Amino acid sequence: MAKITLSDLRHSYAARPIRDDDWALKHLDVEWRDGGAYALLGPSGCGKTTLLNIISGLLRPSHGRVLFDDRDVTDLPPDQRHIAQVFQFPVIYDTMTVGQNLAFPLRNRGVDEATVKARVAEIGEMLELSGMLDKRAKNLTADGKQKISLGRGLVREDVNVIMFDEPLTVIDPHLKWQLRSKLKELHQRVRRTMIYVTHDQTEALTFADQVVVMNMGEVVQIGTPVDLFERPQHTFVGHFIGSPGMNVVPCGIAGGQATVAGHTIPVANPVAAGDVRGRIEMGVRPEFIAFDPGGLPVDIVKVSDAGRFRIVDTRLGDHSVKVLVDEGTEIPADGARIVLRTDNTRLYADGWMIGAGRDAGRGDAGQGDVA
Amino acid sequence: MNKTVNQKAWFFVLPVLLLVAFNAFIPLMTVVNYSVQETFGDNTFFWAGVIWFQDVLHSERFHAALGRQLTFTFTILAIEIPLGVAIALCMPRRGIWVPVCLVTMALPLLIPWNVVGAIWNIFALPDIGLLGRTLNGLGFDYNFTRQPGDAWFTLIAMDVWHWTSLVVLLAYAGLVSIPDAFYQAARIDGASSWAIFRYIQLPKMKRVLTIAVLLRFMDSFNIYTEPSVLTGGGPGNSTTLLSIDLVKVALGQFDLGPAAAMSLIYFLIILAMSWLFYTLMMRNEDQ
Amino acid sequence: MKRLTPLVPALYIVFMLLPIYWLLNMSFKTTNEILGDFTLWPREFTFENYITIFTDPTWYMGYVNSLIYVSLNTVISVTVALPAAYAFSRYRFLGDKHLFFWLLTNRMAPAAVFALPFFQLYSAVNLFDTHLAVALAHTLFNIPLAVWILEGFMSGVPKQLDETAYVDGYSFPRFFIRIFLPTIAAGIGVACFFCFMFSWVELLLAKTLTAVEAKPIAATMTRTASASGYELGLLAAAGTLTIVPGAFVIYFVRNYIAKGFALGRV
Repeated sequence: MAKITLSDLRHSYAARPIRDDDWALKHLDVEWRDGGAYALLGPSGCGKTTLLNIISGLLRPSHGRVLFDDRDVTDLPPDQRHIAQVFQFPVIYDTMTVGQNLAFPLRNRGVDEATVKARVAEIGEMLELSGMLDKRAKNLTADGKQKISLGRGLVREDVNVIMFDEPLTVIDPHLKWQLRSKLKELHQRVRRTMIYVTHDQTEALTFADQVVVMNMGEVVQIGTPVDLFERPQHTFVGHFIGSPGMNVVPCGIAGGQATVAGHTIPVANPVAAGDVRGRIEMGVRPEFIAFDPGGLPVDIVKVSDAGRFRIVDTRLGDHSVKVLVDEGTEIPADGARIVLRTDNTRLYADGWMIGAGRDAGRGDAGQGDVA
Repeated sequence: MNKTVNQKAWFFVLPVLLLVAFNAFIPLMTVVNYSVQETFGDNTFFWAGVIWFQDVLHSERFHAALGRQLTFTFTILAIEIPLGVAIALCMPRRGIWVPVCLVTMALPLLIPWNVVGAIWNIFALPDIGLLGRTLNGLGFDYNFTRQPGDAWFTLIAMDVWHWTSLVVLLAYAGLVSIPDAFYQAARIDGASSWAIFRYIQLPKMKRVLTIAVLLRFMDSFNIYTEPSVLTGGGPGNSTTLLSIDLVKVALGQFDLGPAAAMSLIYFLIILAMSWLFYTLMMRNEDQ
Repeated sequence: MKRLTPLVPALYIVFMLLPIYWLLNMSFKTTNEILGDFTLWPREFTFENYITIFTDPTWYMGYVNSLIYVSLNTVISVTVALPAAYAFSRYRFLGDKHLFFWLLTNRMAPAAVFALPFFQLYSAVNLFDTHLAVALAHTLFNIPLAVWILEGFMSGVPKQLDETAYVDGYSFPRFFIRIFLPTIAAGIGVACFFCFMFSWVELLLAKTLTAVEAKPIAATMTRTASASGYELGLLAAAGTLTIVPGAFVIYFVRNYIAKGFALGRV
């Protein structure tokens, strides 16, 4: 059990990284609380698997340190870090039985046979594999195999952190949900730190207490699922999480507030025009917009039905703005006007929320030299 | 993949069937025909029953050739399979050296078999060959045309040179098909190099190694051209393997009956051993 | 330990190249030098042996003959193997498994067993001493191999491809040629490579079935060697030249060689 600290971490697969793009991980300073359930969320190629492999010790970072409980493990190989990992495709030892698979990490470490037996029986029971301990592992279904991979991590008592690299990729859709709740339940039970890598927001938001959102090799936000929804620190988070994603509208600044198509819109983070540089945008989720006769005039382009909600495509000046309304809500035929909830409407500069303090996992990306 | 039952598929197979039947069935019948008849060379044949089979099965000469054949086959299998696997394990998995290794190693496989014999003949000649001259220079009394032991050494070295690459290619194909995650999981599980080999690499190579052993077994049992060019079966009969003996009987002495009976027995031995090996290797697969 | 591992393949490659180096070395020497001296490098560098081969039709026609029947064999083997492999990979039919195994047993038959009956068979159908005879005889072991390799590649193509094409109104032959064959182009390449290889290296049957007109280079070499004494230099040059086509072919299919075997099914 340990707290994990990533300090000033960068990684590049190129021998001599030159351009910004050469860095798979641009700059990271993250701390993972002991016993937490974390999700690492981001699109393919955002660096999340790289980060995972650095924590597990399969990769050595080009720069920076990895600390487990303040002990530097940057140069330790995976087997000495006391970690476990479940991979995207189930890794099982074909020639062994389920029981032998579970016992493998213990036997490799010379644990005495009585303990091995007891641990295997206990974990087998926990994962609902008890009945098949003597079966050949290769004959199990994909979800059974993933359970074995997980079991090989759980069986060791010294494991600091269990990592999951998109573990549900090959699982049948109707079993995904089951296995996910099993994972959640196991986390409650064993209270080990777990890091769950995925590009699926549902998986991340249901599994984790804290979600780390990554994009282009950097962490853009760390927060609870509610934080990510209500206070996206970056327009990417707004886009990536939520369906449909956040409306991001280019805007100007006047009197500290946003101006779009000649209208002034109050925001939660007002700022003086002279204090910011870069591309200025205003972000607000469709959930936080409502039709109101006292609001801004918009044209309705399209209404689509999404089950309990309806998504209304509108145009505010030249900009598309989506509005999410409950099924029963009446949508004005013409002369529609909308109101944006001020608390959830924010200004962003170059994608980053203005006034957020970019300390949460982001430093001066891509600058400075690397030893 | 679930296949549909379709008897018309036979039409697709028909050309193959006709060609192979023409090549295999008619000659095989000819051989069977010879094997049960006696001739005095004037194209008149008499029914001989199973006499030739009895003769061959009881002949010292056949036993000796079969013994040499088995010795040869098992020796080269015992060398080529482990050596091939070891080389494949040591080969780089990616990078510019991969095609270089593969192309160079595949080279001996594409040399006509008599040229392989000729190359080794030239290479091993005690007076003008690099190998022969070097060995003699180092104080060994080496002469593969006179001493049976040296002939065997050369024969086996030649076969190892000729065919180990096939095992390497197959084993390598098996190795590169193992996803990285398996190695990573094994490292996390604290597995030793030996455990990685035993529980990951070997099981994943099992299928290709089965193919390798089968191919090498069949081909080494059928080997004719290379030894006949290199040693011609000599000195004496010391390197007369089954095929060489068979050709001596069939074409040299024109004893068609015994030669045919010998062919069939020979063929059946290969068939039986291949089937046995294949069944044993695949027995666990379906459990 | 880790740093020593590349040494193993490196040493093996050295072992691999030594006899070939010796062959090359000999091919550039004069007969006198070969018999009289032991030199690691030709002292009198001569192209004499190669010139002989390229100017004497009994020599160079050997290469032409070999290339003709090898190409012919490759075309025949792969062409008839394609529909058969398709049938094995897509359909279940009466006796399919037995047929597949029977095909493979033909690889087990020793060429020596078939030499004499082949001679009689091909004489009987008036094909003796033609390129076609050798090409057909070599299909005995090449067709099973081609079927085996192609079946492996075809099984890797999802059946939906076929079904989609039929829904789109393709007839079977048009689908097979226009869509299916390009999809498994790599497999066809691998199959061609192996057919080429096994036909190119075989000598016993090729020699048995030819006399003058279609005599393969390998046979020319053995006969010349015995007829005109021991012309080692010439023999070495001829041997060197037999390696060249193979080396070319390997280079082109280097990325597929290993894959071809891996995908095949026993």
